Amino acid sequence: MRTLLFIIQKEFLQIFRNRGMLPIIFVVPIVQLLILVNAATFEMKSIKVSVVDLDLSSSSRKLISKYEGSPFYKVVQTTFSNDEAMEFMQSGKVDIIIRIPNGFERQLVRENHAKVQFVINAINQAVAGLSSAYSTSILIDFNRELMQDWLSPSQMAGLKNIQTDYSYWYNPKLNYKTYMVPGILVLLVTIIGLLLSGMNIVREKEIGTIEQINVTPIRKIQFIAGKLTPFWIIALFELAFGLTIGKLVFDIPMVGNLWLIFMSGGVYLFVILSVGLLVSTVTNTQQQSMLVTFFFMVVFILMSGLFTSIESMPDWAQKLDRLNPLMYFIKIMRMVLLKGSAFADISPHFWSLVVFAIILSSLAVWRYRKVA
Amino acid sequence: MKRFLGFVVKEFYHIFRDYRTLLILFGLPAVQLLLFGFVITNEIKNAKIAILDQSRDEVTRRISEKVLSSGYFILEKNLRSSGEIGQVFRQGNVKLVLIFGPDFAKNLDKTGNAKVQIIGDASDPNTANILVNYIQGILSNYIISLNAEKIPLQIIPEVRMLYNGQMKGVYMMVPGLMAMLLMLISALMTSLSITKEKELGTMELLLVSPLKPVQIIIGKVFPYVFLAFADACIIIILGNTVFGVPVVGSVALLLAESFLFICMALSLGILISTITNSQQIAMMISLVALMLPTILLSGFIFPVENMPLVLQWFCHIMPPKYFITIIKSIMLQGNGFRHIAFETGILAGFTLLFIFISVKKFRIRLA
Repeated sequence: MRTLLFIIQKEFLQIFRNRGMLPIIFVVPIVQLLILVNAATFEMKSIKVSVVDLDLSSSSRKLISKYEGSPFYKVVQTTFSNDEAMEFMQSGKVDIIIRIPNGFERQLVRENHAKVQFVINAINQAVAGLSSAYSTSILIDFNRELMQDWLSPSQMAGLKNIQTDYSYWYNPKLNYKTYMVPGILVLLVTIIGLLLSGMNIVREKEIGTIEQINVTPIRKIQFIAGKLTPFWIIALFELAFGLTIGKLVFDIPMVGNLWLIFMSGGVYLFVILSVGLLVSTVTNTQQQSMLVTFFFMVVFILMSGLFTSIESMPDWAQKLDRLNPLMYFIKIMRMVLLKGSAFADISPHFWSLVVFAIILSSLAVWRYRKVA
Repeated sequence: MKRFLGFVVKEFYHIFRDYRTLLILFGLPAVQLLLFGFVITNEIKNAKIAILDQSRDEVTRRISEKVLSSGYFILEKNLRSSGEIGQVFRQGNVKLVLIFGPDFAKNLDKTGNAKVQIIGDASDPNTANILVNYIQGILSNYIISLNAEKIPLQIIPEVRMLYNGQMKGVYMMVPGLMAMLLMLISALMTSLSITKEKELGTMELLLVSPLKPVQIIIGKVFPYVFLAFADACIIIILGNTVFGVPVVGSVALLLAESFLFICMALSLGILISTITNSQQIAMMISLVALMLPTILLSGFIFPVENMPLVLQWFCHIMPPKYFITIIKSIMLQGNGFRHIAFETGILAGFTLLFIFISVKKFRIRLA
């Protein structure tokens, strides 16, 4: 036990005496939380529009004023030439071209239907999908108003209708930040934990101080535990700090039990640090260790459901994702913080993390060799 | 010149004899592109829903069938009371609950008006929004089919998706991945390889050699130009052959711009290594301060225009943002140099600035 305490003390001293590392560990994640949460948003604010109104009727003007009045749209160009509009699209000055063909109103009245064309820049399909949904829903609203204005009550009564009412639970204003903060917090704790532990043992190898440890009577399990504990404490502290900032700055709801968060967080960090130490024992230089860590990190992050939904991934990818510890912890964070899920609800995710923790930490202990 | 060549050869040996690093440098872009091309989509399919049907008549059954056969939804559970809604949401699988009021068919028949309630789990706001939109679309189609005679005054939206007709996510990944990997290899690897010499003490040896400091630096970064360039080509070729991402514009221009970006990233890497002496710190700066902004503040996934104003200013000083704009412009929109002259100028400006600062710093260190 005393041996363990000594190595923990040594690690702490090493961390706190490194002037360069301290701000990176404590300041950078917080700054990133503030920046990234604001950056990672799909809330459309200004979809840039080019309007080509070839009809110039009262209905076409009314329709365009709907887009002009919406806070989501910014009309940057009004023209009668398709080529001019396309030129703006080509140079990236507009995201959507709304084109109302000649004879729009006449066709609507005589033939009972008319077309409006939306040309959308779809390089980023997520954004294109959302702006297409916004644009058509404005059109549908306009259409409904038009019917109410132009049709007599008797004409309206003849139509069967299903009235739809919708509500959004847990986040009625659809605030995207509420959704992102718990996820990004996991991301930051992961990056710091993985990098600190991933670079640690390999650094001792490179500098040569590992030799000094190899000739001490310390046991393998003590060595790994001693390496792991300080980072575990730092990362947990950072999680708490991040949650506080999330509450104070972004006012994210904390519906569930915070102890659940810290309990799962503790297990999760154990997993992450074990991965880091494992990488650290397998590689020979810090450069290698960093690249390996980076590789896994990017894969884990992009498959974690942080930015895109897991359900939309193909079946084999979802199966593969069961090996992704980030996915479980992000789910737990969101479920507990935003919806107030209880332990019974998160228990499958929690136990998966426990299994990971046991397997990976034993692997790390097993892989560490006291022979150079 | 001969000395310089010898030095460059030494650097190449350094890289090629570390086969693990090499494997990752070339495996990384391939695996990531394949993975994300197949895996990452924003299209939502097979979302799990629960239905609370209080009337259980023919109409509600038919609507449920329509919803479930659309391909977007899977029935997870039939609810019995509204008390169960909170419970299924908390368990986390169900994304949306569809509620039919009592006497649905009767109301529809008599008054021509029946009510459906949709509740989305907005702890994931985007998914909730999109799913609610899907259901509304299905319902309004059903309404149209109910009214056999034509509904008057229909305005039909005709949506055309430009540059990416099949709405593939990989179109966005290719430019982003290129920026990310070129940044990683050029900025990160160079800064690490220079700080490593400092850490191991071999930098002293180089500095007392007859090589000029400029030659040392150029020799150091030279191999990475090759590596980065090779990676860029791998991404473009893989994207094209496997996922059909086209190169509409000029390939030569694309490569030239990539080369410019590589130079920019290299000079940034040199700058980082003049600031710090330890690999760990160089790495932390590169990873934490460069990679995440490259992914998030560059317009790669999230459009810059949606961010708060202060962040938009930040985005404007992120070189990857300009590079991604350039690549999209050439590869997907097929633009010529005229459209991207401004962005090119900015990248060149960044390069000169970084080189200028590093030269200043480097001289000071020698003195």
